[in-house]
Amino acid sequence: MCEEKKYTLNDEILDFINECLNKEHPESYLIAVLHKIQGQYGFLSEIHMDEVAHLLGVPTSNVFGVATFYHFFRLKPRGKYSISICLGTACFVKGADAVLAEFKKELGIDLGDTTIDSLFSIESSRCIGVCALAPVVTINEEVFSRVKPNQVGDILNMMKGRSSAQKIAENS
Amino acid sequence: MANVMQNYYNLKRELEPSSIDAASQNKTIIQIGSATCEIAAGSLRVKDEFMKLINASGRSDIIIKQAGCTGRCSQEPIVGVFLPDKMPVKYRKVTVDKVPQIFQEHIIGQHPVTQLMLDKKTDKLYNHVATICTSEKCRDKYGNPWTDKFEKFILQKGIDPIEVRIVSGGCIGLCHEEHTEGEHGVVMVFPENVIYRFTKDEQIEEIVESHFKNGKVLDKYLERTDLITEEFFKFYGDVSFFNKQTRITLKNCGIIDPESLTDYIHAQGYEALTRVLYKNDPDFVIDEITKSGLRGRGGAGYPTGKKWRETAYTSNDPIKYVICNADEGDPGAFMDRSALEGDPFSIIEGMTVGGFAIGAKRGFLYIRAEYPLAIARIENAIRKAREKNLLGKNILGSGFDFDLEVRLGAGAFVCGEETALIYSIEGKRGQPRIRPPYPSESGLWGHPTCINNVETWANVSVIMLYGADWYSRIGTPTSKGTKVFALAGNVVNTGLVEVPMGTTLKEVIFDIGGGIPDGKDLKAIQIGGPSGGCIPKELINTPIDYESIRAIGSMMGSGGMIVLDSSDCMVSTAKFFLEFTKDESCGKCTPCREGTVRMLEILEKITNGNGELSDLDKLERLGNLMIKTSLCGLGSSAPNPVLSALRNFKEEFRIHIREKRCPTQKCPNLIHYEIVIDKCTGCMVCARRCPVFCIEGAKQKPHFIIQDRCIKCGECFNVCKFDAIIKI
Amino acid sequence: MDYINAVIDGIGVSVPLGITIMEAGDSIGAHIPRLCYHPKLSTEGACRICVVEVKGWSKYLPACATKLEEGMVIRTNTPELRQMRRDLVELLIDNHPRGCLTCIRDGNCQLQNLAYKLGVRERIFAGDRKHYPIEKSSVAVIRDAEKCILCRQCVRVCSEIQGVHNLSQMFRGFNTVVTPAFLANMDDSICIKCGQCINVCPTAAFIEQDSTEEVWKALSDPNKFVVVQTAPAIRAAIGEGWNLPIGTPSTGKMITALRRLGFKAVFDTNFAADLTIVEEAHEFLERYKNNERLPIITSCSPGWIKFLEHFYPELIPNASSCKSPMQMMSVLLKTYYAELKGIEPKDIYVVAVMPCVAKKFEAKRPEHYYEKDIPWTDAVLTTRELIWMIKAYGIDFLSLPEEDFDQPLGYATGAGDIFGTTGGVMEATLRTAYEKLTGRKADGLDYLDIRLVPGLKEASILINGFVLNIAIANGLDNAKTILEKVKSGEKQYHIIEIMACSGGCVAGGGQPLVHADEYIYPLDEEMIKLRQKALYMVDKDKKHRKSHENPYIQKIYADFLEYPGSPIAHKLLHTTYTPRTPRGIK
Repeated sequence: MCEEKKYTLNDEILDFINECLNKEHPESYLIAVLHKIQGQYGFLSEIHMDEVAHLLGVPTSNVFGVATFYHFFRLKPRGKYSISICLGTACFVKGADAVLAEFKKELGIDLGDTTIDSLFSIESSRCIGVCALAPVVTINEEVFSRVKPNQVGDILNMMKGRSSAQKIAENS
Repeated sequence: MANVMQNYYNLKRELEPSSIDAASQNKTIIQIGSATCEIAAGSLRVKDEFMKLINASGRSDIIIKQAGCTGRCSQEPIVGVFLPDKMPVKYRKVTVDKVPQIFQEHIIGQHPVTQLMLDKKTDKLYNHVATICTSEKCRDKYGNPWTDKFEKFILQKGIDPIEVRIVSGGCIGLCHEEHTEGEHGVVMVFPENVIYRFTKDEQIEEIVESHFKNGKVLDKYLERTDLITEEFFKFYGDVSFFNKQTRITLKNCGIIDPESLTDYIHAQGYEALTRVLYKNDPDFVIDEITKSGLRGRGGAGYPTGKKWRETAYTSNDPIKYVICNADEGDPGAFMDRSALEGDPFSIIEGMTVGGFAIGAKRGFLYIRAEYPLAIARIENAIRKAREKNLLGKNILGSGFDFDLEVRLGAGAFVCGEETALIYSIEGKRGQPRIRPPYPSESGLWGHPTCINNVETWANVSVIMLYGADWYSRIGTPTSKGTKVFALAGNVVNTGLVEVPMGTTLKEVIFDIGGGIPDGKDLKAIQIGGPSGGCIPKELINTPIDYESIRAIGSMMGSGGMIVLDSSDCMVSTAKFFLEFTKDESCGKCTPCREGTVRMLEILEKITNGNGELSDLDKLERLGNLMIKTSLCGLGSSAPNPVLSALRNFKEEFRIHIREKRCPTQKCPNLIHYEIVIDKCTGCMVCARRCPVFCIEGAKQKPHFIIQDRCIKCGECFNVCKFDAIIKI
Repeated sequence: MDYINAVIDGIGVSVPLGITIMEAGDSIGAHIPRLCYHPKLSTEGACRICVVEVKGWSKYLPACATKLEEGMVIRTNTPELRQMRRDLVELLIDNHPRGCLTCIRDGNCQLQNLAYKLGVRERIFAGDRKHYPIEKSSVAVIRDAEKCILCRQCVRVCSEIQGVHNLSQMFRGFNTVVTPAFLANMDDSICIKCGQCINVCPTAAFIEQDSTEEVWKALSDPNKFVVVQTAPAIRAAIGEGWNLPIGTPSTGKMITALRRLGFKAVFDTNFAADLTIVEEAHEFLERYKNNERLPIITSCSPGWIKFLEHFYPELIPNASSCKSPMQMMSVLLKTYYAELKGIEPKDIYVVAVMPCVAKKFEAKRPEHYYEKDIPWTDAVLTTRELIWMIKAYGIDFLSLPEEDFDQPLGYATGAGDIFGTTGGVMEATLRTAYEKLTGRKADGLDYLDIRLVPGLKEASILINGFVLNIAIANGLDNAKTILEKVKSGEKQYHIIEIMACSGGCVAGGGQPLVHADEYIYPLDEEMIKLRQKALYMVDKDKKHRKSHENPYIQKIYADFLEYPGSPIAHKLLHTTYTPRTPRGIK
C-alpha cells in the first residue's frame, strides 16, 4: 500500500533514503536524513517527518522524539538570514548576552522567532569553537567575530542592503 | 606480509611531494590558515588577495599553501612566508589591507614587515633561533636549564644578542633512556633545522662558536634522529607561545595541507599503520598501547590499552566496531575541531590501527554537525585513503579490511557520553543507558565497540611509530604523553596548547598563555568545562595529570581551560555552567533533570539578592544527590562547577546573600548606577539612551536615576563621556 | 558458575547468575523502593529511587539494573540512602501538581505512597513546575502531562507490549514530555485506546475519560429505563476493589450492587458472547466452505480492531464482521428486549461495564449508532469506575447477598464466560465449530492446550479428519508476528484470535489497578492467571458449555433473528471497518 503513496520530499532526498535502505541498519540513518531535509528545506515539517517515518520504517513518534531531542533541528521555518549568536563560555564572558539583547531589541523578536517579513530569525548556538574571536555571531554561513552591541545595527543594515540588492538583481 | 612494506613505499613514491619540500626547490611559500577559526577571522579573503597579487606579479615561484590551525587563535588570521633559506616569518592578524605591504616589502623586496610579525619584540630579524629544551630531563648537573649557558657564551664570543634568539622550549621528545636526567641537553637551531645534543659547557661553547659566530653547522654534535615535532618547530619554533609546548598530537596542525594525502604521507603518515600491518600481530599493538600508558583523553582517563583489550576479548562476537567520539561539546573547547580540520589523516590512521588491534572491520566518526569544515576534511581524507587502498578491502595488501563512515551529531552535549553516542549513531534519542554492559561488551547494535575521543586516536599512530617506551617517557608516572587544552577566557594568549602531562597550570597560563591581561589578577581556572570544577589561584602549581586535577576537585575533562580573573564573579560563573548542563540534560533520570533546575533556581535566587544562607546547604545537598545517584557522567559531574566554587569561594556566595552585593559587580540585580552630581554636565546623552526613560534632569542640570525603574542595562554607564555615572 | 554469592544487608544470599540486586533483595524480604521499574518491560533505570550502596563504588547503583556479582557487599538502607531517596521523590513532587485530594488516583498513587513511606513531609527544594493543559480529546484515554513523572512505563508498554509506538518522549531535559507524534491529540494519533498506559502509570498522567457523571444523570432521569450489561472479566476482578484475593469470582454481589445503584435490569454480556460465537462460527464455516477470506480473525477486542485499521488495513477483509458481544447486547436491548417489554428504544439507556477503555471508543464509533445522536450503547464504565460508584453510594459490597442476572438476556453458557481471557474466544469457537463441521457431538470440551497463553500460541487442531490451523495472540506486538506471517503467506491459518491486552480482557485497560503497593505489577502473569482461572471456574460449573446449546440463544433465533447469518442478523449484529490515518508503522 505504501507504494501508492505520493511523497512531497524531493528526489534527491528520496534517493538518499533509498540508498540508506540498501545499507545495514537503515533506521540508523534517521538523523542523517533529517539533516538532509533541514539542509534543503530549512526546517523539518510534519509532513516530511511523517514521510521519513514511513520510508525508513521508524515509528512517527520516534522520528518526532529524535527531531525534538537534538537542538540542531528546527521545526519552524526560519528567516532568509538566520542570525545565530554563540552563547558558549568564551562568548558569554565577552558579552554575547548583550549582543543577543541588542539583536532582539533591534528586530523586536524573541529567540527562536522570525520577523514578520521573514527576513531575519534569531537563534542561539552553543560553542562553535572559535572562542578566541568571541563574541561570535553567524548569519547563515558567514561568521562575524568580536561583535559589539553597537555594531548590531550596522550588521542588520548590511544584510537588509544585500537583500534589496538581490531583489533588484532578480527583477532586472 | 612483505608486500605491505613494498606497497607503502610504492605509494609514497607515487605521491610526489609537493609543498612540504618546496622550500628546497627554491620556491617561496605563503602559508595561510584554513581552519574554521581562521576562515572566521577572514583568511579566505586574505588568500584571494595574495592570489591576485601573485597573478599580477607573473611570478611562478610563489606558492600558496593551505594549512590547518596551529591554535594561535587570538592572532588569526596567521600568514606564514617562507623564503628559501630564510627564517620563516609569521604575520599576525593579517587583514586584506595588509596584504599588499607584506607582498611588496617581504616577498618581492625580501624585507619582512616587522611590525606585523607574530610575537615580535624587536624590529630586527634574528639570524638564528635556538630553542633549548628546558624540561625536567634536560638539565645540567645542578638541575638548571641550559639557557643561561648559551646566553653567556654568546656574550663571550662577542655576538650581538639581537642576532640569536634564545628560547626556552618544552620537551621535544628526544630524551634517551641512557641519559634521561642530568647533564644532558638538546637545542634546535633554525633556520638550519638542526639539532645538537650536548652534555658539557665546552660543547656549548663549540656550538656557539661554530654555528652562531661562523655560520657553520657543527657536524660532530648533530642529532640525527627523526624528530616527531621537527616540521612543527621548523615553522613555529621561534614563537614563544609554542616554545613550551610539546606538539605530538598536533604536530601536523598548521604545517601540512590537511586535504593532501601526499603531505601527510611525507610527514611519516601511514608509516605506523604499515608497520603494524607488516608485523601482523594485534596483541602486539594492544600491548604497545597498554605499555605506553595512554589514557582516554575524553575526560575520565580510562587506560586505552585496557579498553582495547576488553573490546577485543570480552566477547567472542565476530563483529566489532571502533568509534571516534568527535562530539566536542564543552563550551570553550575546540581541540578536536583543530585536529580534525588540521590533521584528519592521523585520526583515521589511528582508528585503522585500532580497528586492526581490536578486530573491527568498521568504524564510525561521530562528529558534531556544528563543525562543517571538520566533517568535510574527514570525508575528504576517507575518500582519498580509500582511493589509495589505505581504507577498504585488503589494506596495503595485508588482507585486513577496514572502512570508516561519518555520522553527524545534531546538537546534544550528552552524546559525548558513550552509550548516548551509540544510541545517536543508531538514529535514536541520545539518552544514556545504564552501564554495565559496557560498550566493550555490548555497544553499537549490541556488538563490542571501542569508543575513544579524537585526541586519544591522534596519539595512536605516534605511539606505534616511536614506540611505547619513548611515549611513556613523556609525562608523569600515571599520566603519560601530552594533553591538549583550549586556553580561553581572560588570558593574553588564547588558543590551543599541547603540553606534556605534569606541566603545571602556572606554566600553561603564564609561560604559554602570557598571563592575565589588563593588569588584573588570576582568580581561578575552570578545567573540564561544565563537568569540571574551578581551581583557585592558590593551587596554580598543581601539575596537570589525571590524579592531581581530580585531587583538587576538578577533572581533566576533554581540555577546556577557562581563565577567570579578579573581575569574574564565581557565583554567576557557576550559574553559567549550570545553565548549560540544565539545557543539555537529556531528561531521563530524576536527579539530573530535576536537580539541575532546582540548583539553578537557587543560584538565580542568590544572584537576584534573595538568597538565604540555608540555600548553600541546599546546593550541597542537591549536588551530592546528583553526584551519587545520576545515571550518567553528565548528571554526576554537573554539580562540580557549583560545588567547587562553593568550596573555594564560599565567602563570595555569603556576600551575595548577606550583603546583597556582588563583589565583582557582575550580577546585574545586585548593582545599581548612580550619577555623580559634580561630574555630570547635563548633556542628556544618558537620558536619551536609557531604554526605560528612568533618567531625569534638564539640560545643563545634573541628572538622576530613578532607581526603581532602572533595569540595570548599563547603557548610561557606557555612553557617559564624563565618568559621571558609577556602578555600585 | 550457576550460583553467585553476595551479602545484602548483612545477609548472605546465593542466587542464580543474572539476577539483579532488586530481585535478590526481594527474595530475602529487602524490598527496595522503586518507581520506573517494571518486570515485564525493558529496564529503564531512570527514577533512581532504587539506588543501593555497593562496596567499592563511590556512586550508588540502581538495584533494578545492576546484576548481582560474586562477592558484592550491598546495603539497601543507610541514613544517606534514605535521605537521597526521599530527596529524589521530593524532586518529582516539586515538579508535580499539588492537587492530590482531587486526583482520581488519590490513595492509589505510587508517587504518593512513596512520598509517605520515604518521609517527604516538607518541600525543601520547591520551585517552578511544568504546566501543560489536560488533553482530553479522546472519549477513552486522557493524557495529563503535568502529572507525568517520566518513568516511561507508558512508552514502553505502548511499544514493547502493544507494538503501537504511539507514545514517545519529546524534547529533552526539564521540557521532556510524553506525547504522540507531533504532539498530536490522542484522538488524532494512532492510539488504539487499549488503556495499558493507564494501567502502568504510577500516577494519573493517563486516565480514562470519566463516564460516571452521565450514568448518574441517566439513573436520576425518571424517563429513562436504565439497564446495564457486564462483561465476563468484570466478575473476576471487581472484588479486588474491596481487597478480595485476586481471582475471586463475585458475580452475584456485583449484580446486587448494580441493582442497588438503581439499574432497572442487569444483563450478562456473556449471553451476547454466545451469540457472537454462533454468528462467528457460521461466518467461519461459510468462508471455510468457499475457501475465501481465511484466516478469519476475531473482532471482539476494540483495541485490536483499531490497531487493524491503522496498521493492517489490507487484512480488514479477514476480520470477522461480527460486532463485539457488548454491541450485540446493546442492539438486542434496544430491539428485541425493547419490543418484549414494550418500551420505546430511545427510552432505554444502556450502560456497559467493561474491563476495557477501548470499549468507550467502540461505543462511539459511527457504525454503532442506530439513529443520529443515539448510540446502541449509551455509556461504558470501566471496572474501576463501577467500583468507585458502588463505594460512592456507600454500598457494603462484601456483605451483599448474591443475586442473578435478568432474563432473557442474562444466561450464558461456559463458552461465553471464557470470552474474557485469551484463548477463550478460540475455545468457545472450537466447541461450536467442531459440531457444525463434523455434525457430531464433541467428546471433550476443554482445549487445555490453548488456555493461559502467555502471549502467542499456534496450534493445529485435528477435528475428525479436518485440520484447523489456529493462532492466538494477546498483546499486539505478538499479534504482529502472526499477522506478518499471514501477509507473507508463510503460514495458512484458519482462525486467529487476537486480544489487544496481555492475557486478554481480564487484564484489560479498565481493570482495577494492582500496583499501588509496588508488590504486584500490571501485566503480572500470576495476577492474570488468577483472574483467568476464575473464569474457567465459572465455565466448569455451567450446565451448558457450548454457545449454540444456550436455550436462550436458540429462542432468540426462533423468535427474532431467524437463523445465524440471516439478513436480520446481518443487519443488526454485523459491522464494517475502515482503514484509518495516520497509518501505523510496523
